[in-house]
Amino acid sequence: MALEDTLPEIEVREGVDRETIETVQAMAGKYKHGWETEIEMEFAPKGLNEEIVRLISAKNGEPEWMTEWRLAAYRRWLEMTEPRWAMLNYPEIDYQDLYYYAKPKSMEVKPKSLDEVDPKLLATYEKLGIPLKEQALLAGVEGADAPQRVAVDAVFDSVSVGTTFKAELAKAGVIFCSISEAIREYPELVKKYLGTVVPQSDNYFATLNSAVFSDGSFVYIPEGVRCPMELSTYFRINAENTGQFERTLIVAEKGSYVSYLEGCTAPKRDTNQLHAAVVEIVVLEDAEVKYSTVQNWFPGDEEGKGGIYNFVTKRADCRGDRAKVMWTQVETGSAITWKYPSCILRGNESQGEFYSIAIANNAQQADTGTKMIHLGKNTRSRIVSKGISAGRAQNTYRGQVTMHPRATDSRNYTQCDSLLIGDQCGAHTVPYIEVKNNSSRVEHEATTSKVDDDQLFYCRSRGMDEEEAVALVVNGFCKEVLQALPMEFAMEAQALVAISLEGSVG
Amino acid sequence: MLKINNLHVKLEEEEKVILRGVDLEVEAGKVHAIMGPNGSGKSTLSYVLSGRDGYEVTDGSATLEGEELLEMEPEERAAAGLFLAFQYPVEIPGVGNMTFLRTALNAQRKARGEEEISAGDFLKLVREKAASLKIDADMMKRPVNVGFSGGEKKRNEILQMALLEPKMCILDETDSGLDVDAMKLVSEGVNALRDEGRAFLVITHYQRLLDHIRPDVVHIMANGRIVKTGGPELALEVEKNGYADILSEVEA
Ligand SMILES: Nc1ncnc2c1ncn2[C@@H]1O[C@H](COP(=O)(O)OP(=O)(O)O)[C@@H](O)[C@H]1O
Ligand SMILES: [Mg+2]
Repeated sequence: MALEDTLPEIEVREGVDRETIETVQAMAGKYKHGWETEIEMEFAPKGLNEEIVRLISAKNGEPEWMTEWRLAAYRRWLEMTEPRWAMLNYPEIDYQDLYYYAKPKSMEVKPKSLDEVDPKLLATYEKLGIPLKEQALLAGVEGADAPQRVAVDAVFDSVSVGTTFKAELAKAGVIFCSISEAIREYPELVKKYLGTVVPQSDNYFATLNSAVFSDGSFVYIPEGVRCPMELSTYFRINAENTGQFERTLIVAEKGSYVSYLEGCTAPKRDTNQLHAAVVEIVVLEDAEVKYSTVQNWFPGDEEGKGGIYNFVTKRADCRGDRAKVMWTQVETGSAITWKYPSCILRGNESQGEFYSIAIANNAQQADTGTKMIHLGKNTRSRIVSKGISAGRAQNTYRGQVTMHPRATDSRNYTQCDSLLIGDQCGAHTVPYIEVKNNSSRVEHEATTSKVDDDQLFYCRSRGMDEEEAVALVVNGFCKEVLQALPMEFAMEAQALVAISLEGSVG
Repeated sequence: MLKINNLHVKLEEEEKVILRGVDLEVEAGKVHAIMGPNGSGKSTLSYVLSGRDGYEVTDGSATLEGEELLEMEPEERAAAGLFLAFQYPVEIPGVGNMTFLRTALNAQRKARGEEEISAGDFLKLVREKAASLKIDADMMKRPVNVGFSGGEKKRNEILQMALLEPKMCILDETDSGLDVDAMKLVSEGVNALRDEGRAFLVITHYQRLLDHIRPDVVHIMANGRIVKTGGPELALEVEKNGYADILSEVEA
């Protein structure tokens, strides 16, 4: 193979890597999104009761059926107990000591377009690197053809502040709006799908979310449509002592395709903040959904003070034959992560994939993984999990693979790698495997390794400093997952990997 | 260029002394070779000079162009112009060889206050250097040293050296495990870099390499010391008679 023929192709990837290093170097501080926006907020009174649930529903201008749906969830929740089976250690959460609704005052009268949105809010997203303007976002990598366009729905505390590229998406028949708007504008669609993937009573946190979710995103891709751009939601928790409960619903009709990105940050605070989200994805015949997350909630300080408690239920239901879903997550933030994006492979020949990087540094704890529930014949699933632990962190992969009797000739492949930095952290792998037919096969491979001093010395002897060396080695370890991300996200993710491991060596 | 003075080194974790007073001076533009039996401390010397953990310098000093080497971090030594071609190059899974090279080069340039190299210039540079070492595009794409043959690993070390253009190059048994053709490539790579402002310290067991890279000075190391220094003829003597004669002569 001649060198000349192939180098330009490498070059695109090279650009990504260089950019990463630059970004990392540019980020002097530790958690770079730790600032707060000073903005007048409207809060509902602290605590949770039926009145608060009604108030949230009223604030969103919801129809009666939605209010009742929430109340049913709330009543259910009262009878449930918080799950404690995860390998997570945290003090009791006082659910009455939280605000369940916070909204910038300037959003009182709903802005009709982005031009009317409070400049302070726009500036917040600008500062986060997510300009809410209809222009090429996250301009492309050197050598890439055209800058990639991404439509953004920005959620600030409890409300969506704006969605970009709506008109253009509408031309393709794609609906992309906040969930509160969808409840008002497309009640039939919401009614048909909401709670059908993650039922109200699914688990403690999902039920809580069903009662109090304030906003989130709604995506509908009509039959046969390939969404003309990437869609993304950007969540920002700003207000103190405020829970964030967003709800995302994605419906991909027959033969459609969408790639969806989700990013999250929060200010530095020394108290913990609760985040309990639900994401439901419905994938019909021959449709494909890619869902990527870069989660960078404030992880707490070195001593483990503060940080987000992240209890998230994400599930995709491959309802039609040959439906495909792919979850990719880069979890670097949060004090506590409790999250298992799952795939229900109901349709015959449907496919589920899960690619995950979970980094826990300092006192962070992560208990994360996936569930692949094979119900249809000839279904396939693939799990690639990369767990990185540093400091005193505990990182657990928890994964379930179930092959039902009807799911004949199905396959799962699981690869689960853990990397330890230092000797005070822990990595755990907890696989649950159930195979209830004779023709299906499940493969599970797991490795645990340490960041190798020889590798770091080798890098340093070539001129890289210690943090650059760690970032390079760890990014190499995560390569397979990083490659599964859309390119713009891959850069951000590589940078994040480096930042979240700062101070983990030496 | 490189000045080593009475260098004493022991292992950090145990009371094992490895270097017992090494004295060595390599002038700019010169090639020095170090030969010596296995276990005499040659690799240790190269590691200590480049700043690997696990060793304790109990006495002596080492300077590169007058700068105290032993005080510096490994990356500072690299930026100052020191390079070690490893006896056992390290594998880094998932990190493309090209990425590694570019990260290293830019890190050094940055440390020296120079601008980062542009994508285009970097490509041109790598292409040219890689071609002369017969390193193909596939090898540039693969993860650093992973699945490389012994010869490929050594050629890759020389590629790094050619790209980073260090002032002081230490080659630790770069010839071991090479077939005749690879040996030629590697030597040509080294010879191409020979220049007034650059010095080499070539650690080897074999005259074979020194046939290609003609040294100005040859040192024999034994038991943690340089025990004999001479011209190229010293290497020929070792080739013919082994170390036994020299060692007994020194001990006598
Ligand atoms: N990290 C180490 N731990 C234990 N022994 C070591 C270590 N490094 C070097 N040695 C010992 O020091 C001596 C010199 O080793 P080395 O420098 O590799 O010699 P050479 O390269 O000349 O063959 C050997 O006896 C070797 O076993
Ligand atoms: Mg050796």
